[in-house]
Amino acid sequence: MELGRANLEVFADTVLELACADRDVLVVTSDSRGSGKLTGYGETLPDQLVELGIAEQNVIGFSAGLASAGKKVFAASPACFLTARGLEQIKNDVAYSDQPVRIIGISAGVSYGALGATHHSLHDFAVLRAINNLTIIAPADNFETRETIRAIHNTPHPVYVRLGKAPQRHVHGADSSFTIGKAAVIQDGGDLTFIACGETVPVALAAAEQLALEGIDCRVLSMHTIKPLDEEAVLQAARETRAIITVEEHSVFGGLGEACASVLMQGGASLPFKIVGFPDEYMVTGSQKELFNHYGISPDGLAASARQLLAVEAR
Amino acid sequence: MLTDLELQLKSIEYRATILRIIKQARAGHTGGDLSSIDILNVLYNNVMQVSPATFADPNRDRYVQSKGHCVEALYTVLADQGYFPQEELDTLCQYQSHFVGHPTRSVPGIEQNTGALGHGLAVAGGMALAAKLDGRSYRVFTLLGDGELAEGSNWEASLAASHYRLDNLVVIVDRNRLQISGNTETVAPLEPLHEKFAAFGYAVREVDGNDPAALMDIFNRVPFEAGKPNLVLANTVKGKGVSFMENSVKWHHRVPTDEEYATAMRELDEARAKLTAQASEAGQRRYPVHA
Repeated sequence: MELGRANLEVFADTVLELACADRDVLVVTSDSRGSGKLTGYGETLPDQLVELGIAEQNVIGFSAGLASAGKKVFAASPACFLTARGLEQIKNDVAYSDQPVRIIGISAGVSYGALGATHHSLHDFAVLRAINNLTIIAPADNFETRETIRAIHNTPHPVYVRLGKAPQRHVHGADSSFTIGKAAVIQDGGDLTFIACGETVPVALAAAEQLALEGIDCRVLSMHTIKPLDEEAVLQAARETRAIITVEEHSVFGGLGEACASVLMQGGASLPFKIVGFPDEYMVTGSQKELFNHYGISPDGLAASARQLLAVEAR
Repeated sequence: MLTDLELQLKSIEYRATILRIIKQARAGHTGGDLSSIDILNVLYNNVMQVSPATFADPNRDRYVQSKGHCVEALYTVLADQGYFPQEELDTLCQYQSHFVGHPTRSVPGIEQNTGALGHGLAVAGGMALAAKLDGRSYRVFTLLGDGELAEGSNWEASLAASHYRLDNLVVIVDRNRLQISGNTETVAPLEPLHEKFAAFGYAVREVDGNDPAALMDIFNRVPFEAGKPNLVLANTVKGKGVSFMENSVKWHHRVPTDEEYATAMRELDEARAKLTAQASEAGQRRYPVHA
């Protein structure tokens, strides 16, 4: 499948479309117009962009107030800062107060690569999953990004969307559908299931393609909605395939993998299972792709994990 | 619109209710409730254009209580305004009551959940900015404690309030000079506070925050200066209205004993009687009774 654009760019285009037709749509930024690909949006609709400077707590607090008064706010700021510096505001001003702010974490995960741990957000699923009243979405490709942004345009409740900045391979075809809270079956299969999210979905798909050459038939799910999790899709994978590997651009603690493990254990499922993500250590230096490869979030790395779980030799 | 005398009598009634519900719940922030109640009294009775009937109106004035711990004062005034029956106050902090120890939107009349300090100003700023963007004329009032000014988020929000020229935002600081560990000037010094707010772009006015007439006068002058956010530095007395609670740090969140409660109620009764007598005397001077 062909390479698309960065999900961030698709977000910027989609929110511009929405805002042109709906005066209540606002983008709130923290000196992040450039990194959020929102320069064009700001030039086209200067009255629908609120710039607050490098002040993530304030971005969330102001956004809550704007939302309270009926504005449809997309608060876009690097995920690493927004979900750490702004965490108490997300918890209280947005989630607890039920103000429907659309929190857009940009350049998430290790998108910033070699800029280091200050700029990585490998904690956001974990901390935000533990906060009540917050939907968490990590779209895989341009299609999922566009559908997510359209779907949350009129949301009555808070949402967190996590976007990366690298161009993404299309994993959906023309006839795909998208529903928040329902896993997308990218490819069906009977031997092993990859449950991936965000920018790791194309990697899992590439691993599945590699394994197919060896006669291993993989299911690939894009679990774009981390919360509420599509528990049935997880349990169905346990019933219908022999092993599950979760893949995420996040710490192995508290993210998609542990969410699935919890569903499986409490659902009585017992099968070979592995969580692939970033271990509990500071990253080696490298680009997003180099970090993915280093920590096994690569077609080769995931294929090796699959063989190990299924106890088969490489061919 | 209440007269000055009526406002003063209301404040006494509110103080009695606050102490009653704190005593019953065995919890509450007594000192700050008593320092801020005159401000709430004036806002809800005479200044803000909002009522239970208009609470969903997009043009209503809004109030965000950043110092959420003084929720007993807010509940007391909202009950008096008719947002919910008075008897619901008796459920404060009880098992399964929605009258939590900090404000939440599950109580009618409350705009925003607060309690963690340093949050109200940014949220109020967002509400005020929405009014500017939509061409609406409503105003947003937010009450901050002085202790919470050590939270940096207040100063982030102040930068934005000034940048967006939010002259429809009224920030009121309950300057009672005490926080839980002691005097604000020994815990995390704030002075010169007036100058700091002015440097951040506010039009600053100081007022006796326990004097309803002075508060009325100040609020009638909003906006103080076109294009500038309003800052009311309300000099108050923590524990105001009960002699042994005034300016005493131990009353930050102390619950009165039976004896202290009886004494406090007696003081409030005496204050009410004195006020009524003065008014009656003044009334007789103004309108002499002719036999």
